[in-house]
Amino acid sequence: MTTLTDAPPAAPESAPKERPPRRRGRLTPYWLLLPGLLWLVVFFALPMVYQASTSVQTGSLEEGYQVTWHFATYWDALTDYWPQFLRSIAYAGTATILCLLLGYPLAYLIAFRAGRWRNLILILVIAPFFTSFLIRTLAWKTILADGGPVVGALNSLHVLDVTSWLGVTAGDRVLATPLAVVCGLTYNFLPFMILPLYTSLERIDGRLHEASGDLYARPFTTFRRVTFPLSMPGVVSGTLLTFIPASGDYVNADLLGSTDTRMVGNVIQTQFLRILDYPTAAALSFILMAGILAIVTLYIRKSGTEDLV
Amino acid sequence: MALVRWFKRHLVVIAGLLTLGYLLLPNIVVTVFSFNNPKGRFNYEWQEFSTEAWTDPCGVADMCGSLSLSLRIAAWATVGATVLGTMIAFALVRYRFRARGAVNSLIFLPMAMPEVVMAASLLTLFLNLGAQLGFWTILIAHIMFCLSFVVTAVKARVMSMDPRLEQAAQDLYAGPVQTFLRVTLPIAAPGIAAGALLAFALSFDDFIITNFNAGSTVTFPMFVWGSAQRGTPVQINVIGTAMFIVAVLFVLAGMVIGNRRNRQKA
Repeated sequence: MTTLTDAPPAAPESAPKERPPRRRGRLTPYWLLLPGLLWLVVFFALPMVYQASTSVQTGSLEEGYQVTWHFATYWDALTDYWPQFLRSIAYAGTATILCLLLGYPLAYLIAFRAGRWRNLILILVIAPFFTSFLIRTLAWKTILADGGPVVGALNSLHVLDVTSWLGVTAGDRVLATPLAVVCGLTYNFLPFMILPLYTSLERIDGRLHEASGDLYARPFTTFRRVTFPLSMPGVVSGTLLTFIPASGDYVNADLLGSTDTRMVGNVIQTQFLRILDYPTAAALSFILMAGILAIVTLYIRKSGTEDLV
Repeated sequence: MALVRWFKRHLVVIAGLLTLGYLLLPNIVVTVFSFNNPKGRFNYEWQEFSTEAWTDPCGVADMCGSLSLSLRIAAWATVGATVLGTMIAFALVRYRFRARGAVNSLIFLPMAMPEVVMAASLLTLFLNLGAQLGFWTILIAHIMFCLSFVVTAVKARVMSMDPRLEQAAQDLYAGPVQTFLRVTLPIAAPGIAAGALLAFALSFDDFIITNFNAGSTVTFPMFVWGSAQRGTPVQINVIGTAMFIVAVLFVLAGMVIGNRRNRQKA
């Protein structure tokens, strides 16, 4: 991850932003890259090294920590917290699938059916971002409140009987259940699904739909054989942009869930900020990172989209 | 039968609008509840209409202080991330250099990492260095995670730029500085503006990374988080609603100006 090994030795100041891109200046790209990359190396890559080192230390807050290559921390972290890991993957996975199912029609609507309303709907998709997401997540406490209209409606339609039987709600409550957490995660990361989907749908040449129709494909066949395959880049980056942040999230599980819905993010947060057990927290965070990287690499290989940046 | 056919035809539209409703519902609740006069400490249940919070938005201790701190951090983080990110974007698009793959992955990784991982590892760095947690550690963290997003936004714009325009400027005896200031920068400006806007929004609304690296400093999201435990004042909803309105007005104004420009060009 550390780069710049072949960059020329240079003083970090005098970063020539104003200097024009001269095609002949051999050192110019390195000057342009240096300050930003240095920032990322020192405050992104180096912390990963510190974290890895912290995870194999033992000691206590009072006496200080020493690197003892105590890999058992990883084993303990996994055996103690595997339910939270599984829960994170399950919740984030469910939320990602829900985001795809909910987001696709809206992205499709904006790209092909909105006409002159297109910009307005796009603004409405982005605008909620400008109200702090914590405030919006708290609003779900009101929406899903016990005895509120949503819970009442779900109850009278016997939806809650089914979800309780499935174990994602408890009795006639929605708040403080897995359903509420997944609902919050889906809501919070939906725009991250819609926008890449929209971008790749919008690039599709409308004449392809006509051609497909001319060749007697029914609308659904056109979607299955033409539109959806062409939107794959959007599906891939959308699912990644949803799954990755959702799997590390602890805000929704904390505000909308209960102690039974704690995700791995909640554990890392309490270990780091309240219990101050740094090695365990670092090990958990490292496992999460490794897991995400493995999933992302596999997923990108499989879907064959290499250029996501 | 006609009804079924109509429903089938407009299925996508109906589903899309339902999703849009799901996206906007919390904002509607936030707005409505900014006019609430709750009993007790939490503003989760409707009691009665009141404009009290709107007439006294800073009536809660420490809230407006945290808001101005968040705005200050977001402004500086935007400046830092935009300058550094724009430089990287230009280097990536315009130049050949070694270790390009490594540079690309160093820029991609922060976007592909759960926030909690970056937050926790950065905290271990600060703890190991014995850094005083507060304004500066938050700012450092925010520039770090906004940087990649600015690079992506600016890169997209610079990539679609016609290099012949700069050659033309140089053929017309514009010096390198002049070419950059009068040709390159104006063309890249929308991309830079988009990156800066994104950085501002990301920084202003960031909670997880700030939560780890703020120490006892309270930004606005930290204030909201704390109030979820202690009691939520109505003023939080006032701020949330006001930000929503300001943002929508901003975007609408930008669109009107953009449309007018396009029309002038045509």
